[in-house]
Amino acid sequence: MPAAIETEGLTKDFQVGFWRPRPYRALDALTLSVEPGEVFGFLGPNGAGKSTTLKLLMQLIYPTSGVARILGKPAGDVTVRQRISFLAENPYFYDYLTAEEVLAYFAKLFGYSGAEVTSRVARVLDEVGIGAERRLRLRGYSKGMLQRVGLAQALINDPEVVFLDEPMSGLDPIGRRQVRDLILRLKQKGCTVFFSSHILSDAEALCSRVAIMAQGRLVSCGALHEMVAFELKGWELVAAGVNDALRVSLQGRARSITALAEGRYVIDLPADAAPERILVDLVGAGAQVISLHPVRETLEDFFIRQVKAASPRQTGMA
Amino acid sequence: MRAIFLVAGAVFRESVRDRVPYSMMVFAILLMAASYLISQLTAGQDMKIVKDLGLAALSIFGLLIAVFLGIGLVSKEVERKSIFGLLTKPVSRAQFILGKYAGLVGTLIINLGVMTVAYYAVLGYMLYVSSPVARAAWPAPALDPRLLIAVALIVAELALVTAIALFFSTFSSPLLSTLLTLGFWVAGHFNADLRNFGTVVDSAPVVTVARALYYVIPNLAPFDVKAEVVHGLPVGADHVLLTLLYAVVYSSVLLTAAITIFRRRDFK
Repeated sequence: MPAAIETEGLTKDFQVGFWRPRPYRALDALTLSVEPGEVFGFLGPNGAGKSTTLKLLMQLIYPTSGVARILGKPAGDVTVRQRISFLAENPYFYDYLTAEEVLAYFAKLFGYSGAEVTSRVARVLDEVGIGAERRLRLRGYSKGMLQRVGLAQALINDPEVVFLDEPMSGLDPIGRRQVRDLILRLKQKGCTVFFSSHILSDAEALCSRVAIMAQGRLVSCGALHEMVAFELKGWELVAAGVNDALRVSLQGRARSITALAEGRYVIDLPADAAPERILVDLVGAGAQVISLHPVRETLEDFFIRQVKAASPRQTGMA
Repeated sequence: MRAIFLVAGAVFRESVRDRVPYSMMVFAILLMAASYLISQLTAGQDMKIVKDLGLAALSIFGLLIAVFLGIGLVSKEVERKSIFGLLTKPVSRAQFILGKYAGLVGTLIINLGVMTVAYYAVLGYMLYVSSPVARAAWPAPALDPRLLIAVALIVAELALVTAIALFFSTFSSPLLSTLLTLGFWVAGHFNADLRNFGTVVDSAPVVTVARALYYVIPNLAPFDVKAEVVHGLPVGADHVLLTLLYAVVYSSVLLTAAITIFRRRDFK
């Protein structure tokens, strides 16, 4: 079975400057492979080359060198487009058409006709939570509503591979939850989902594998558990009613103690601090334990480390 | 072919809901109606003036619809990135261009059809209110069906202008495309002067450039048979057919060039 998505040395240079155009490398020799059925997170800061990669895969732009294949066929092959879908970042459609009309138009482009078009349009609009507004012209839609229409058009053909460029962009918390659920439903159906995002918690919650990009280069790619050890790094304890004597007694055991308010502190404990004994001490001294959280390495820590190593100056994370 | 029809249908549907063609049509119909008032100021030339102004209104407002909608069709899609949604469907870039073109020509035909009905209504009213003496002085009947020849050639000219607008909008900005298209339209009506430039200018390079432009810029003068039909003069079938053929060939070349450029274009 061919990989769902495959790139080999995919490179894109843009010409910048008007009088003396010079090449600017937006993507540098990207090689990666995504297996069928995977939810793959494509992560990176602004300007990392995420959208460029997606546009190359959709053949909205052409590579300077390298190849991209989707479902074993060259990217841009019209027959492949029958089996895939794409949601652009901040999608925009036709002002004077309604959501139903736009989706019916796209459904017909996929070869559906008659009642099939009507039922598909109704189903995908229900799926993304667009109700009576479906009969209004898109001109009056908010950014979040347009994003939902964008998601709906990406589902209209029951795609085998879905490409989503910042799918959570412009959505409220409910919308974001709906998109997460949608991606999980697609995964359950066996669909491959390739999505770019800045939001690492989404990637952590959804992805089987992620790639991290920085300055047009792939800096890391693999399964989450391979990248991030999720090992315990310490404990974060919040307590109130801590008197001075108790604070002084804790100082030797904590990495730091930060005051939040009068008698209320955040206590940063090392991984081997045995928090149970500290809790007993706190309660014994009349303090209240507000919360105790284990601190583990997250994808965000890993991401920042990788991006910092790749481009300390550009990302301002030196 | 199905994809071309679908794209054309969407263009048509969007265009008929746009305010631009409606306002153009309203202006054209108002101008036609106003021509009746202007004709009252002249003695014996009333019908000629109404016919002339009516055809001019069809031509000018049709041109504005062709240019403004034609340029917006591609450049607006690229600017607003709605093109991403379409080109990632099973639609080739050639189908996209041909569909856009067909949709706009369809819109133009409908718009000009409505304007022509209004035009004939004004002429019918003129016929109704005119005395038999005045009618006898008209060089051609009021509801002369030959006026439709002029309308058909205006439609063909506008189809060609749409191809020019579409061609420029595949690689340049909307403003530049508008200026270039309008420039081509103006120059196209004076194309014969470019051929005869040598008779008024001595400079060989200038004459060569003028001659080159003569071959590149479309010759739009043959599409203008307003004077003939208004005066009831015959317009040969061979002239009409050759002019229509010219429009088809020129538009095909432009569309082929537009597709070639569009196929290579990056949409950032």
